[in-house]
Amino acid sequence: MTDHAIRVSSQKTEKASLLYDPKVRSIFFQILTAAIVVLAVWSISHNVATNLARANIASGYGFLAGRSGFDIGFALIPYSSDGTYGRAILVGLVNTLLIAFTGVITATIIGFIIGIGRLSKNWLIAKLCTVYVEVFRNIPPLLVIFFWYSGVLAFLPVARESWKLPIGMFLNNRGLFFPKPLWGEGAEAIPVALLIGVIITVFVGRWAKKRQMRTGQQFHTIWTGIALIVGLPVLTFLALGAPLSFDFPNAGRFSLSGGSVIAPEFVALYLALSFYTAAFIAEIIRAGIRGVSKGQSEASFALGLQPSQATRLVVVPQAMRIIIPPLTSQYLNLTKNSSLGVAIGFPELVSTGGTTMNQTGQAVEVISIWLVVYLAISIATSLLMNWFNARMALVER
Amino acid sequence: MAKTDLSYVRSDMLAPQPAPMTSRNVSGWIRTNLLATPKDVVLTIVAIAVLVSILPGALNWLFVQASWLGSDRSVCATTVQGGVQPDGWHGACWAFVKDRFIQFLFGRYPLDERWRPILVAVMFIALLTPMLIPKVPRKTLNAVLLFIIFPIVAFFLLHGGFGLERVETALWGGLMVTLILSFVGIAVSFPLGTLLALGRRSQMPVIKTLSVTFIEVVRGVPLITVLFMANVMLPLFLPTGWTIDNFLRALVAVSLFSSAYMAEVIRGGLQAIPKGQAEGADSLGLSYWQKMRLIILPQAIKLVIPGIVNTFIGMFKDTSLVSIIGMFDFLNTIRLNFTDTTWITPVTPVTGLIFAGFIYWIFCFSMSRYSAFMERHLDTGHKR
Repeated sequence: MTDHAIRVSSQKTEKASLLYDPKVRSIFFQILTAAIVVLAVWSISHNVATNLARANIASGYGFLAGRSGFDIGFALIPYSSDGTYGRAILVGLVNTLLIAFTGVITATIIGFIIGIGRLSKNWLIAKLCTVYVEVFRNIPPLLVIFFWYSGVLAFLPVARESWKLPIGMFLNNRGLFFPKPLWGEGAEAIPVALLIGVIITVFVGRWAKKRQMRTGQQFHTIWTGIALIVGLPVLTFLALGAPLSFDFPNAGRFSLSGGSVIAPEFVALYLALSFYTAAFIAEIIRAGIRGVSKGQSEASFALGLQPSQATRLVVVPQAMRIIIPPLTSQYLNLTKNSSLGVAIGFPELVSTGGTTMNQTGQAVEVISIWLVVYLAISIATSLLMNWFNARMALVER
Repeated sequence: MAKTDLSYVRSDMLAPQPAPMTSRNVSGWIRTNLLATPKDVVLTIVAIAVLVSILPGALNWLFVQASWLGSDRSVCATTVQGGVQPDGWHGACWAFVKDRFIQFLFGRYPLDERWRPILVAVMFIALLTPMLIPKVPRKTLNAVLLFIIFPIVAFFLLHGGFGLERVETALWGGLMVTLILSFVGIAVSFPLGTLLALGRRSQMPVIKTLSVTFIEVVRGVPLITVLFMANVMLPLFLPTGWTIDNFLRALVAVSLFSSAYMAEVIRGGLQAIPKGQAEGADSLGLSYWQKMRLIILPQAIKLVIPGIVNTFIGMFKDTSLVSIIGMFDFLNTIRLNFTDTTWITPVTPVTGLIFAGFIYWIFCFSMSRYSAFMERHLDTGHKR
């Protein structure tokens, strides 16, 4: 009845003017916006083309195959000044990924310790951790990098007066020199053994969980896993007759030769980004743990769990759900902040790309490479962490 | 009614018991807060060991050994390095900071014209202070003065015009540049970020796609690439013959960059407002902009004040990156002086960087304290 009445009354109302029809208005505004954007993009690309033509710069990515002619002090993959610009940019990308990877691991460890420390019932520890967080959160990362680079590492001695460290290492203002491992024949079997160890551990873990579900019996998966993952490669190494020798750095009169070197630029950037990001991660960890209500741990004690079990099985899994999304954005921030290496001459992506840009004038192309690479890293990290987050998410019945 | 025997009820009050040991005196406090368990004892010892190994040395370096007075490098260099300090001396060189302090504030701004930035700073403080104190009335007038009139006046004062001598932006430097970049970044990114956030939640696919693309692309790349882009590509974007000031390029980059971050913060607030608020506004017959301005945004922004201030703090810190494209902000002006032959000593860089860190820290820390204060002030008890 009422349904019918409404329909009748709506038929009676006059049709509103097109001017006030939300649909028409929405389409009009969208067409207007799209037209403005298209016009802007067209005029910008027209201007770019004109300006480039005036400056006699050919567009396109052909320059990547040209000889770069500049040296890079810190390269993980083989590179010389005879290499191409493309290779130079690739070296930068590898260095960026190296900083991001090592930095993320260290920052997470420091951040975890500081975050737990701030929650400690020990007044002194809690205050120390608070001071750490408040100091590092409130100064620019660039300043932290400069501080490590020209503040701390600049006080290292010159090559002639290198500090001798154990196992044949030397420390001076050109970096940390350490023995370079030279793998003998058959050494490829060691990583294979490691992989096999990891795979067997995964299967053992699954089997142990199934058995516990069925019979309630527990199995020491952790110790078995450690034995497998560490033991198998070591056994392989010994079985092959220890195919490993070292190239020790030699102290000459004015410089060191041989061995491997970690550049001070890398150390400064790595330490600065780790310490800086750790302050943010500490806050995230603290918020995550405090976000789990006290009733959860009280209930697990009531069930008879040990404090360590309560933390591992009840509190941490729930805290992880709060922690992971902001943690992801901190990891991405660290990766993006690695571009600050350009300020101290660490050859990461922006640095090698910038040199390429200065030498060739191919600004548009180089910047497009930067954008694509950083966006790809962002998306890849987000996908990985989203997958991890989905695994951690609350499974609701 | 039976007579009840109440002889078991106490007829006189007991004397109050003394407070428990743990809350009575210092030793009780130490026992609960520092030595509660064996683990705590170990942790306390470790913490004290860390403090003892760092603090005396640091304080000694910063204050006791430090050289406070002097007009050139000799007071901060050992005799071997050509100075007056004994061999093996190591301490902060505050004389350097004291000597160059004015330059740290203004950079290479002409000496005779320095009253102009000082006047701008005075105006800024005079307008900002009442803005920050909640009790002071006439916030709308204040905001118009601060965000519309003040920037125009400040521009002509700093840059010249109306009979004032022109000062090229290349001469601007020091803390002044850092503060201008941050102020403009804040003043632009807040409205632009709000628009982008509304665009991202819009029903119109074209506007939504454009907003999402802009926000995600900008958030996915480092600020340096955006700065390089503004520095190298903005001139290419303009018609031939047009030029764009270097300072303006950095301003555009910083503003657009922080707008994207601001948009995400404000979107968080918009998402937290229950749908009923928008529906209520619709049923009252409010237009879209009325609904947003009067109902949704005031509630949404109140919710995300900590996030907004965090973005401001992040932007303030990020302005230091303009040094990479060759601008002389606060940090870069200080670094420029490290290579000055008048003050070149081994301790100058460390001293300068510690001073820079201290100034950045004061600004950022007071911003975060103010945000905590505002959060308490605006908490009207609607929260669960």
